Amino acid sequence: MGGDSRFLGLAYVLPYILGLLAFTAVPFIASFYLSFTDYTLMSRPNWIGLDNYVDMFTRDRTFRRSLNVTLIYVFLTVPLKLVFALFIAYILNYRLKFIGFFRTAYYVPSILGGSIAIAVLWRYIFADTGLINIAITSMGFEAINWFGNPGTALFTITLLRLWQFGSAMVIFLAALQSVDKSLYEAASIDGAGKWQSFYHITLPLITPVIFFNLIMQMVQAFQEFNGPYVITNGGPLKSTYLLPLYIYEEAFKKFDMGYASALAWVLFAIIMVLTLLAFWSSRHWVYYAGDKRN
Amino acid sequence: MSQLVLTPEKSHNDVEAARFIAAERRRHKLNAGFRYFLLAAVGLVMLYPLIWLIGASFKTNAEIFTSPGFIPRNPTAQGYIDGWRTSTPYTFATFFWNTFLIIAPKVIFTVISCTAVAYGFARFDFPGKKILFATLIGTLLLPNVVTRIPQYLLFRDLGWLDSFLPLWVPSAFAGDAFFVFMLIQFLRAIPRDMEEAARVDGANTWQTLIFIVVPLLTPALLSVALFQFMWTMNDFLGPLIYISSVDKYPVSLALKLSIDTTEAFEWNRILAMSVLALAPSLVVFFLAQKYFIEGISSGGVKG
Repeated sequence: MGGDSRFLGLAYVLPYILGLLAFTAVPFIASFYLSFTDYTLMSRPNWIGLDNYVDMFTRDRTFRRSLNVTLIYVFLTVPLKLVFALFIAYILNYRLKFIGFFRTAYYVPSILGGSIAIAVLWRYIFADTGLINIAITSMGFEAINWFGNPGTALFTITLLRLWQFGSAMVIFLAALQSVDKSLYEAASIDGAGKWQSFYHITLPLITPVIFFNLIMQMVQAFQEFNGPYVITNGGPLKSTYLLPLYIYEEAFKKFDMGYASALAWVLFAIIMVLTLLAFWSSRHWVYYAGDKRN
Repeated sequence: MSQLVLTPEKSHNDVEAARFIAAERRRHKLNAGFRYFLLAAVGLVMLYPLIWLIGASFKTNAEIFTSPGFIPRNPTAQGYIDGWRTSTPYTFATFFWNTFLIIAPKVIFTVISCTAVAYGFARFDFPGKKILFATLIGTLLLPNVVTRIPQYLLFRDLGWLDSFLPLWVPSAFAGDAFFVFMLIQFLRAIPRDMEEAARVDGANTWQTLIFIVVPLLTPALLSVALFQFMWTMNDFLGPLIYISSVDKYPVSLALKLSIDTTEAFEWNRILAMSVLALAPSLVVFFLAQKYFIEGISSGGVKG
């Protein structure tokens, strides 16, 4: 606003600047430094160069296993969740009655899903004598040992994340509702079918939202902790031992802060590379209104 | 289908058009029926675990293991009574109180600090603004996992381990970039006329913020408070890292402790406490879902 000192705005954002320095910037740099040390809480950090990283990629089989599982988990959950969220949002977008009711019903799991109580619930639903197995056996099938074998264990924690598709769906729905209806009418006069309208009109127009959801869901999926920690405790055979679990145990159980920091940086680097890849590729598939290229 | 009526050879095509429209309508009804069926089926599958949870929390343990239905045959509150007492010297009253002691300062300071910072970004020009705004977007995407260890070391050096301070102090410094971002978006959409009028009348920026901007921002601030409440309620890793004495456990840690310490077959008390742990979030959500849906579709939200 005119007449005010140029620095007045700084006064308002001062808390953010302080917080940024103390809780984000300095820790960010410190963890990079720590990843080149052998710091455990008991001794001073010694500079050991790339040893942590070399160990990780040459000797540490737990890391390799954990990295594999994490990648499988993310590449499984994120696309499935987005496709499902978009599909349901697309159906809800027809002028149906009770749309508010369904939207709420689908959104509730997203609100509660992060809670430890839901992880507990999941554990009991898929337990040997849990809800699913009771239902399966009462239909005459054999009970499944969900947490006993790697594939099904990973499936249960994947399902927990898919169950929370509501927040992505609400964002998709808002985007679908903002698409200009006259475009569909024009397309249908030109003889376009539903699928064609969806593919050539809807999809391009909501690409910014798809992009946003993709990035957010990916960053979160890479950091999933509660589910595998409470439901499967990383097992069996480390089949659900996601990297955040490994980092947590190295840092706060073994207090091997140096190695844990190196693990955290590898996870961070993976997320960064994939995010940058998404941003870079977005030029080719994300459409922004008013953009002249199209 | 209204376009059909516009065709010039109206007289000849009338019958055919009517037939076509009727067929379309039938198809439309069928499609709508199919959609409702699909939505209801998906909704049921989604919500059944929660419905079962509530029902099972009133069942006896023996019944939980035998029937997949959710209505208890002989409803009992024994699960709630035993669960509340826990196997520790403390009851869930302590754990809920601890949760409250974390949530209350966190929500209050989040709202205050994020409002001030968003106001600064949205309404002022100052040196370094572009760079600072870029860091805001950067922190939005920065995974917490990289900063967690040094943060722990920092709080350890401050002597804050096993206290609630590490859990809420960062929020007092607008630590949740997402909320700042959401409020900036909101502020940008609000016209500045009223603020400028207030300034002309001699109000300073601080008075303008309190008396003009905050009332206009109220719905957005409510969204911020609600989301922060919900996320703090759900936070597990934070307390897991920082809180070590049981008497300071929030509900999330206490629940995990109950699974670890309760006999394997005594499910109903854990399910009962899970219901209680979810109850505050559920109640708040249903009272204020408008703000959630608005918040989420305006700024986009994690979850």
